[in-house]
Amino acid sequence: MSEAQPKQTAPEAPPSDERKRVEHQGRRADTLSASRWGALGRLGETRHLGLVAALVLLTIIGLLTRPENFATTANLVTILALASTIGVITVGMTFVIIGGGIDLSVGAVMALASVWATTLATQSYGPVVMAICAVLVGTGAGLVNGFLISYGRMVPFIATLAMLVAARGLAQRMSDRRTQLVQPDNNALVELSTTRVLGLPLLVYIFAAVVVVGWVILNRTTFGRRTYAVGGNPEAARLAGINVRRHTMLLYALSGFCCGIAAIIIMARTTTGSSTHGDLYELDAIAAVIIGGTLLTGGRGTIVGAILGLLIFTLITNLFILNGLNTSDQLIAKGLIIVVAVLLQRRSLEART
Amino acid sequence: MSETVGRRGFLLGGAVVGAGALVTACTSNEPAAAPSSAPVNQTQAAPGGNDQPGQQVTIGFSAPAADHGWIAAIAKNAEATAKQYSDVRFVPVEPTNDINQQISAVESLIQQKVNALVLLPNDGEQLNQVARRAMDAGIPVINLDRVFPDKLSYRTWVGGDNYGLGVAAGHYIGNALKAKNVSNPVIVEIQGIATLPLTQERSKGFEDALKTFGFSVTAKQDASFTVETGTEVASNLLQAHPKIDAMWNHDDDQGIGVLAAINEAGRNEFIMVGGAGSANAMREIQGDTSVLKATVTYSPTMASSAIKLARLIAQGKGMSDLVENTVPQSITLASETITKENVQQYLPLGFES
Repeated sequence: MSEAQPKQTAPEAPPSDERKRVEHQGRRADTLSASRWGALGRLGETRHLGLVAALVLLTIIGLLTRPENFATTANLVTILALASTIGVITVGMTFVIIGGGIDLSVGAVMALASVWATTLATQSYGPVVMAICAVLVGTGAGLVNGFLISYGRMVPFIATLAMLVAARGLAQRMSDRRTQLVQPDNNALVELSTTRVLGLPLLVYIFAAVVVVGWVILNRTTFGRRTYAVGGNPEAARLAGINVRRHTMLLYALSGFCCGIAAIIIMARTTTGSSTHGDLYELDAIAAVIIGGTLLTGGRGTIVGAILGLLIFTLITNLFILNGLNTSDQLIAKGLIIVVAVLLQRRSLEART
Repeated sequence: MSETVGRRGFLLGGAVVGAGALVTACTSNEPAAAPSSAPVNQTQAAPGGNDQPGQQVTIGFSAPAADHGWIAAIAKNAEATAKQYSDVRFVPVEPTNDINQQISAVESLIQQKVNALVLLPNDGEQLNQVARRAMDAGIPVINLDRVFPDKLSYRTWVGGDNYGLGVAAGHYIGNALKAKNVSNPVIVEIQGIATLPLTQERSKGFEDALKTFGFSVTAKQDASFTVETGTEVASNLLQAHPKIDAMWNHDDDQGIGVLAAINEAGRNEFIMVGGAGSANAMREIQGDTSVLKATVTYSPTMASSAIKLARLIAQGKGMSDLVENTVPQSITLASETITKENVQQYLPLGFES
């Protein structure tokens, strides 16, 4: 985050042209409050501090309740591998929500991509084509979403809801509602989950790579700055010369692209493609983004926060199963965390203004 | 909706009728040469005159939508069996997972005045009323698997033995561990949807059977009958228990995900038993390369039996192997244990995931 950068030292210096100025303000809207904290603020930004504290608290609970199983590398690997699928989706979702939209179709698009990539026809071309197929299907679905929203002027909620239903239906039709196994010839794909480098399955590296690339794009490129600008005030962004429609379309394509990558991960982990994959992922991803401090109205938010939010969810699932507690309690706990997180955010927001 | 039913029915029906036409063309009336999709030994179940064409009857059929291999097999078996009889007109309604829709689907069948109604409800309690209405209208209801609470709501119930399924799994695991002389074994159970009565009965049977060996379930956790939840729950459970002696997974469809998680974790110190009897699980057992050593059946062939019973009831016939003139009020199928030794004999009955 750029508050420690030189341009922040002279906030009143007018940027040379109008477009840069708006993009710049979009960024400032997000980092203004943190800038008061100086360099420390980067880590200590209040909302992230709360998330880190929650993670630490959950870790302590884990260490106290299951000391022998919790702090093992194997368990850490389990948590990270579990977080990978929704994690990748969450990165795309963060972009969309910062850009002022929402994508309800992520779980269904991932299911469709996994089914499309595991049809016998696709499988006959080998694992690389399967992976490319998954990514193309995801991106394609995202482009359709984006086109409907930006050029068809549909409300994001409706357009992506339609995609959710339709993609799930198409996935069911393609798979004839069966679970499609990854054929033994294409085991290279499953090895993403079984092969380990430095103790971590390859798919965790994919997850990490998506997070890092996502962070760089959002925080270090024009595309990222425009995303904040478009989400913060689309009219101002348009007047400043940003092609808001095209940008919005690209955001949904990016979200679809992430769904395609998530499909590769889920195929590797479960050895299958299925229309039942990714059920309610959209809610998990949106919840993680919101807990991470991103405003549903757009214009502000961070990827780091969203990933921390997601890790909290994954850690809760892990802790509940380690302690043999049932799923219903888990859902209650997750619901409470969403409420508490949002209340805390509002307090910290009010405190700042 | 009737339009979509018509189209799908036409497509599906066309294929099966085509196959049926071939069969009847060369074998006259005797449907002994069943289409390959129907279990081979089904047609021999009722020798004597019962398979001879009789009075023309219309059989309505309603079941949940197939997002699961077992349910898909139910619909397929029902259809295939009905097509074997020249005196049966088979009227399936669009499958749905929505209670409301299933109620209206059944109502439409009542209005069509079918001669018998085969009904696999999404939820026995919630469809009880409409089944009762059918019975009151003089249409015998053949309740498939999920039972209606009110005996006035169905003429005959046919289904699997969930308690017995748990018992079979418990006996297999108990005997295996006893043979290995394990004391205080770690036994892990992965359930299906925990809120369903069938899941609770399975768990009860498992627990009771283990008790006869002096064993108990160390930990149990619920998944949702899907591959993805199987992976998620299993990967966490494996971390909770670094050393496991035996694992029972209620459902072979979600078992694909469970096995993927076990492979990912590189664990093989325990034996695993499946449930339902999918073709995939049987192939794993036959290959004998994974931890899956047995599965206990809950066979979707029950749908074939239900159609046969519906036909007999509508025609006013009894079962030729029994003394009574009418079909019994309830038929509970026994759960069988499939191991490497007898898998060959069960493979034709297995359903594809």
